[in-house]
Amino acid sequence: MEAKVKEIVQRYSGDKSYLVPILQDVQKEFNYLPKDALCAVSSNLNVPISRVYEVVTFYKAFSLKPKGRYQLSLCMGTACHVRGAELIARNVEDILGIKEGDTTADLEFSFETVGCLGACALGPVIVVNGEYHGHMNIAKSTKLLKNLGKKVATDDQD
Amino acid sequence: MTKIKSFNELKSVQERLKAGRDPKKPCITICVGTGCLAYGTQKLVDNFREELAKRNLAGKIDFRTTGCHGFCERGPMVVIHPDKVFYQRVGLTDAGEIIDKTVLKGEIIDRLCYVDPATGQKVIHEDDVPFYKKQTRLVFGQNSKVDPKSLEDYLAIGGYTALGKALTGMKPEAIIQEVIKANLRGRGGGGFPAGWKWDSTRKAKGDPKYVICNADEGDPGAYMDRSLLEGNPHLVLEGMIIGAYAIGSSQGYIYARNEYPLAIENITLAIKQAREAGLLGENILGSGFSFDVKINRGGGAFVCGESSALFASLEGRAGEPRAKYTHATDKGLYDKPTNLNNVETWANVPFIIDKGADWYASMGTAGSKGTKIFSLVGKINNTGLVEVPMGTKLREIVFDIGGGIPGGKKFKAIQTGGPSGGCIPEKYLDMGVDFDELTKIGSMMGSGGMIVMDEDNCMVNVAKYFTNFLVSESCGKCVPCREGIRRMRDILKDITEGKGKEGDVELLEKMATAIIDGALCALGSSAPNPVLSTIRYFRDEYVAHIKEHRCPAGVCKDLITYSVSAEKCTGCTVCSKVCPTGAASGERKQVHKIDVAKCTKCGACRESCKFEAIIVR
Repeated sequence: MEAKVKEIVQRYSGDKSYLVPILQDVQKEFNYLPKDALCAVSSNLNVPISRVYEVVTFYKAFSLKPKGRYQLSLCMGTACHVRGAELIARNVEDILGIKEGDTTADLEFSFETVGCLGACALGPVIVVNGEYHGHMNIAKSTKLLKNLGKKVATDDQD
Repeated sequence: MTKIKSFNELKSVQERLKAGRDPKKPCITICVGTGCLAYGTQKLVDNFREELAKRNLAGKIDFRTTGCHGFCERGPMVVIHPDKVFYQRVGLTDAGEIIDKTVLKGEIIDRLCYVDPATGQKVIHEDDVPFYKKQTRLVFGQNSKVDPKSLEDYLAIGGYTALGKALTGMKPEAIIQEVIKANLRGRGGGGFPAGWKWDSTRKAKGDPKYVICNADEGDPGAYMDRSLLEGNPHLVLEGMIIGAYAIGSSQGYIYARNEYPLAIENITLAIKQAREAGLLGENILGSGFSFDVKINRGGGAFVCGESSALFASLEGRAGEPRAKYTHATDKGLYDKPTNLNNVETWANVPFIIDKGADWYASMGTAGSKGTKIFSLVGKINNTGLVEVPMGTKLREIVFDIGGGIPGGKKFKAIQTGGPSGGCIPEKYLDMGVDFDELTKIGSMMGSGGMIVMDEDNCMVNVAKYFTNFLVSESCGKCVPCREGIRRMRDILKDITEGKGKEGDVELLEKMATAIIDGALCALGSSAPNPVLSTIRYFRDEYVAHIKEHRCPAGVCKDLITYSVSAEKCTGCTVCSKVCPTGAASGERKQVHKIDVAKCTKCGACRESCKFEAIIVR
């Protein structure tokens, strides 16, 4: 881990002002920000760990907890909101049994809501590991989760 | 590309590239903006490349991937030059058919043509599509002409001419005067005159001076900056270099949202290309002027669109704003004189320098010149990016360009200015849109998001939505914003849950005033706007929630019940199949019913019913 972090820091020539992008790259590498990685960033970049922690907890993009195999981001931009994204969010939460921002205990699913993704023509939109699923509605979101291997309440009726 | 060492050399490179392009040669262009890519357009691009190679046509027919054309509703989109045949909602394996029929034989494929819903007429050419016809695509129009990954494309349409002109024929002061005369106002939200900002930064003491491009487009429902940066990065870069020369800056930054990976990829490449071509870096075009640009990615914090918070983030700290006792033009990034403009503002600069301030100022209204790109989204038929002269009526934008509201629903409001703006009711639809008019009626221009809402949208819920957004995005530094907005949200939540009390609306208004006066930064002091504007224009909805415990639009869960219309229900059983709790039930071909005790009001039955038989009251 130490070596990987070192390499990322060197990519930015050890420039402290790139702390945010460095942490983004570290997160991309490990899927979240483990404590050891943060300590490695701190020592390699010569920035106090308190400052690293402050930055990590300030910006929404960072996660101190591991993320699931399937990362679901539901767009909550205004356009998606007026087209009913809120109902979809509740549906996903109900099916996964977690609140937005959390990960299922089996580390299969992470669910988050995000600000505008700028794909408003497709709204409401869910992105699963980078793949866009547009024109979402409640039934489609149920189907999407089902296709990803989640057992849903309406299964018994089929 | 080899280094271009002078303006004259630039001109001859442009000429050479232009001459190498036969305007009569068939060229297939395809939009690969983020919106179209989300439709899976990359597969169509691969399909075209394959089919062209199969037919040995690679040299005979040009194929160009371009940035966003704006008509996102109709993606994937293909335009075939020179006739500009316009195909929309193209299938991902339609490439072979398009090449064989349209490109080689000139036949039109009816299935792929746009049909004007108003007239039922088929539209063949891009320029005749009503969505485009009524726009003035000054800044955004170039997107469809260039491959964002090609500097040659940009040079072939005369790109970097304005830079050459500025560096060789104009004094920095003259450039600033030109921008002042054009009255270019900041497109990021505030609408501050860019020329005066440049002037202050130029005159400020301190070295080095920084110019920054704010690409932290955080307003939900606005994506014009992304589309410019990813669709025509050299235009933005050219504007920045001209600005830097006028201001006397040698270092620039682009601060972009990390959620915009394609924009970051394209601008990164553009910077590299510009450096290699001598348009960026040391001794630009042999003028002796040197300037370079670095890119920094944001961490997903809305507040970082605010200038002082953005500086903090650029310095590698948490993005908290600071009190502005001194202007950023005196002490900004690293406490040095800093000029910050947003993407669209920078993209306007080359046009002003190239064609002159008088030409530019001939478009628009008395106080707002030029054009503005809006992202027209929400309950609208033609979702997309729209560029119109300042002062264009809202009604024209929503109905003539946007094609009105889907499903024959009634227009209720249009929201502008993001979380700092407001909701505009129908009675103002004939108002011309510019910076000052929007402010007058309690909204603002913001970065140009326009979210259309119809009769099914609850305005109290919309106010709660924005306030919720601001609660989670408040940086927490000042009390009025951190605590005040949270309390406003709690009150709004109570109202939507039927727990509203008499006097709540007045309390919200009172709190709003305190937050406006007391918040540290512009985002905090504009945060109450969505609440204030909905109270101002839709007070009756608040009253219905509080006094009658009723949500007129049928949105707020705690105030509605689901039932089945006996007249409309055909007994198709769809609702009972999608209902996750078994609340909706009934025999085939019999009127169904919903058990209120079991119903979680998830909405699945309503959206799946083809006969609109689910009643929500």
